[in-house]
Amino acid sequence: MTATAAPTTIPLVRELAALLGEDGVLHRRDELVVYECDGYVIEKAVPDVVVFPTSTEQVVEVVKLCNQHDVPFVPRGAGTSLAGGTLPIGGGVMISLTRMKRIVEINARDRYAIVEAGVVNVWLTRALAGTGVHFAPDPSSQTACTIGGNVATNAGGPHTLKYGVTINHVRGVELVTPEGEVVQIGGVVEDQPGFDLTGLLVGSEGTFGIVTKVIVGLCRDPEAGRTLLAVFPTVEDSVEAVSGIVAAGIVPAALEMIDNLMIRAVEAAFHFGFPVEAGAVLIIEVDGVDAALDHEAQAISEIVQAHGGTIDKAIGWRTREEPEYKAIWKARKMAFGAIGRVSPTFCTQDGVVPRTALPHILRFMEGVSERTNIRIANVFHAGDGNLHPIILFDEQDPDQVKRALQASHEILDECIRLGGSVTGEHGIGVEKLAMMPKLFTPDDLAAMTAVHDALNPDNRCSPAKKIPVGGHCIERTSPGRRAPA
Amino acid sequence: MEKAEHMNVRPIDPPVAEPGVDLAWLADRIAYPLFQQCIHCGLCTASCPTYVETGDENNGPRGRIYLMRSVVDGRLGVGPEVRKHLELCLDCRACETACPSGVQYGKLIEPFKIEMVRDAPAGKGLSLIQKVVLHHLFPYAGRVRAALLPVRGLQKLGLMKLVERSGLLKLLPPTLRNMAAMVPTLQPASNLPEILPAIGPKRARVGLFLGCVTDVMTPQTTGATARVLRRNGCEVVVARGQACCGAIHYHSGAEAPALELARQNMNAFDFENLDAIVVNAAGCGAMFKDYGHILPPEERERGARFAAKVKDVSEFLAALGPIPPAHAVPMKVTYHDACHLCHAQQIRSQPRQLLAMIPGLELVPLAEGELCCGAAGTYNLTEPEMSQRLGRRKLANIEATGATIVASGNIGCTLQIARQAREKGLPIEVVHPVDLLDRAYEGES
Repeated sequence: MTATAAPTTIPLVRELAALLGEDGVLHRRDELVVYECDGYVIEKAVPDVVVFPTSTEQVVEVVKLCNQHDVPFVPRGAGTSLAGGTLPIGGGVMISLTRMKRIVEINARDRYAIVEAGVVNVWLTRALAGTGVHFAPDPSSQTACTIGGNVATNAGGPHTLKYGVTINHVRGVELVTPEGEVVQIGGVVEDQPGFDLTGLLVGSEGTFGIVTKVIVGLCRDPEAGRTLLAVFPTVEDSVEAVSGIVAAGIVPAALEMIDNLMIRAVEAAFHFGFPVEAGAVLIIEVDGVDAALDHEAQAISEIVQAHGGTIDKAIGWRTREEPEYKAIWKARKMAFGAIGRVSPTFCTQDGVVPRTALPHILRFMEGVSERTNIRIANVFHAGDGNLHPIILFDEQDPDQVKRALQASHEILDECIRLGGSVTGEHGIGVEKLAMMPKLFTPDDLAAMTAVHDALNPDNRCSPAKKIPVGGHCIERTSPGRRAPA
Repeated sequence: MEKAEHMNVRPIDPPVAEPGVDLAWLADRIAYPLFQQCIHCGLCTASCPTYVETGDENNGPRGRIYLMRSVVDGRLGVGPEVRKHLELCLDCRACETACPSGVQYGKLIEPFKIEMVRDAPAGKGLSLIQKVVLHHLFPYAGRVRAALLPVRGLQKLGLMKLVERSGLLKLLPPTLRNMAAMVPTLQPASNLPEILPAIGPKRARVGLFLGCVTDVMTPQTTGATARVLRRNGCEVVVARGQACCGAIHYHSGAEAPALELARQNMNAFDFENLDAIVVNAAGCGAMFKDYGHILPPEERERGARFAAKVKDVSEFLAALGPIPPAHAVPMKVTYHDACHLCHAQQIRSQPRQLLAMIPGLELVPLAEGELCCGAAGTYNLTEPEMSQRLGRRKLANIEATGATIVASGNIGCTLQIARQAREKGLPIEVVHPVDLLDRAYEGES
């Protein structure tokens, strides 16, 4: 990396290079451009420097230098944020954690693992293969996203319906505070006394410091599972069935809905064998003790039939590595990319409604689609009411862009009105900053700001993220993200 | 997606004064919508060997697409940094497998790599030795064989190890030193006749592609491929006049000679009268399958017809229905996915299916089996440092399996892994799956 290095005159860059080596610092414009955005491409900000520390000690020194030179800093993992969570607002130093990628310890008997923040989610999954335990959060981006990023956004995934989101699987973290101190929060055992600081940190989107290590809890692998593909004539029938399943006391491991527009796109791209005439399909998965599963699958299939659906496929599996099992989940997780092939531009929303409001919000979205003359496809985590409406438009047509933006806002406003939220798992980042005042009262926001200011008093660490602090508010002229969820 | 014009977020920076590449030449070869297909989700990143090694997004697929698009948009020029990051790409296509949007990354990076060689500043292009090796030696099996004669002589006399130990190789320029390190123990040439009859009832008539490096470095694999095909009822035509596939030229930026070789192959194989053209080197197979895309427009239709006949040997046998071999090969084997099989040709199950047919053979999984071994055509000559890093990583994963035999469907990987093992003094044999299948048919172990 030193072939083209020239001595720099910027003192901070020089000090960072002295600390990390020339190989650990990017500061030439040509190499900074790729860091100007993440999975959210609508807004951009180029960092002044990107650094690649390899240890907690180096992160500490980097943070101290940033404080000395009074420049903002922001952590970045794989850069798969869908809400601009890694955008370096105001420039400054971007701290890339991709070289902190060691799995420090795996303790299958006590069911925890200690990993550095830059470990990719699926690397841990692979390292745990055969141990009988696994890390439950499985966002669609799991093959790329880092566990540090999962902690920052409190990431979800299809299997969080039964197993919970990231917060339910983090026992502790090692944090470099905005002042540059190392603190250990939580530990390898669960339910530590005192305030739940781990709970406060998970989902804080990098605003309380830089997480360098994570102690994750591991779940026992299920003995077996059944994955059903249920086909419905209409979307409404499918979500009524979702409510029916949950009301019957069944807790599926995953419960995912894909509508007709999406089915057709997935089939055109991947030929997985989904019925293209169906109004909607549900992927319903139950796992646990083998002996109980046929009974549960039977109960589900009765509920499906009662709502006008049929079971198109039923896969019985012992491990999540079986090819048929992997194929169906690949279809689900690749769905967003597939829609990219049939529409020049799209944006994915991330609203949440109470599960019983699903039929209402789907009808509402149909209305929005008709009113704005904008196509809306749906693929989402039906089981926990987390919607991912995909708004299709052509960004070359300014009028369509305007209508797409209007559709997005109407849907999210309705989510709030129904008592839901504007993000289920992607985070606020910078994208939804302007919606926080809609979601919370001024008192709520003041309380959050007080916590923020106590832990990040100078607002140098990840400025302008999560809550509207410091007057950074961004006016948007085109719709939000357009990437997988 | 048929949007020919630029769209999306317009560049905000003033256009760069010096693009550093011929933008018009690139525009003729890269349709702009190919860039737009990338939705910037980043799901490709962790599949990329150079990103996994360096953690720098400039060395990842999404970052490289961003760099290339920025160049085309006039935001960036191809200066030393951009050039370095693009050149470090292995062109392994692991990102294409990972991409949910169907981005055809190879169709972006390959024209860029060609153009960077065309427009290389003094001292930044291929060295003279690289040029000689790449363009005048490799494409010609006869010349490769002649060039390696002294090595074979030394090996036969048991002197090669002495030469290695003496440090004499260190006197060679780095390119030649790397080449010398790659040379395996050489076997006599395959020297196959033009027509080899099928054994048993005839099921197909196939052309056999020999390759320039494969047939010299591992002629035993050429022989094994022919025997295995015959055992499966194939009449094998070893077309005379066939040449190098052109991949080495094409990927090192020499487009015109690559296309000339393509034409030579299309003329050599009477492909309309063959059921398939069977290839046992993944890199060559992937190149052949691209003929319909890389040739000038007026020749593409014929190129595509030729390409449609090209099959990797495992792909062909799996589709034909392989005859189960009779003899046991009781060995513990692991399989390394060559990038140009698993990513460029999406062939994964077929080689494993062939290996699974062999009685007594235990196939153990290889961690990071789809991560490039660092061979990547001539990458080991042009980017030796990263190539070594990836080679060592691959070997460590192989060692962890406990297998002493590695099966791989590409000559480049075979040489690279064998070299790594040799340098570390590990008794690991690297073979082609058909080598093992051949042993199982013929009854030798």
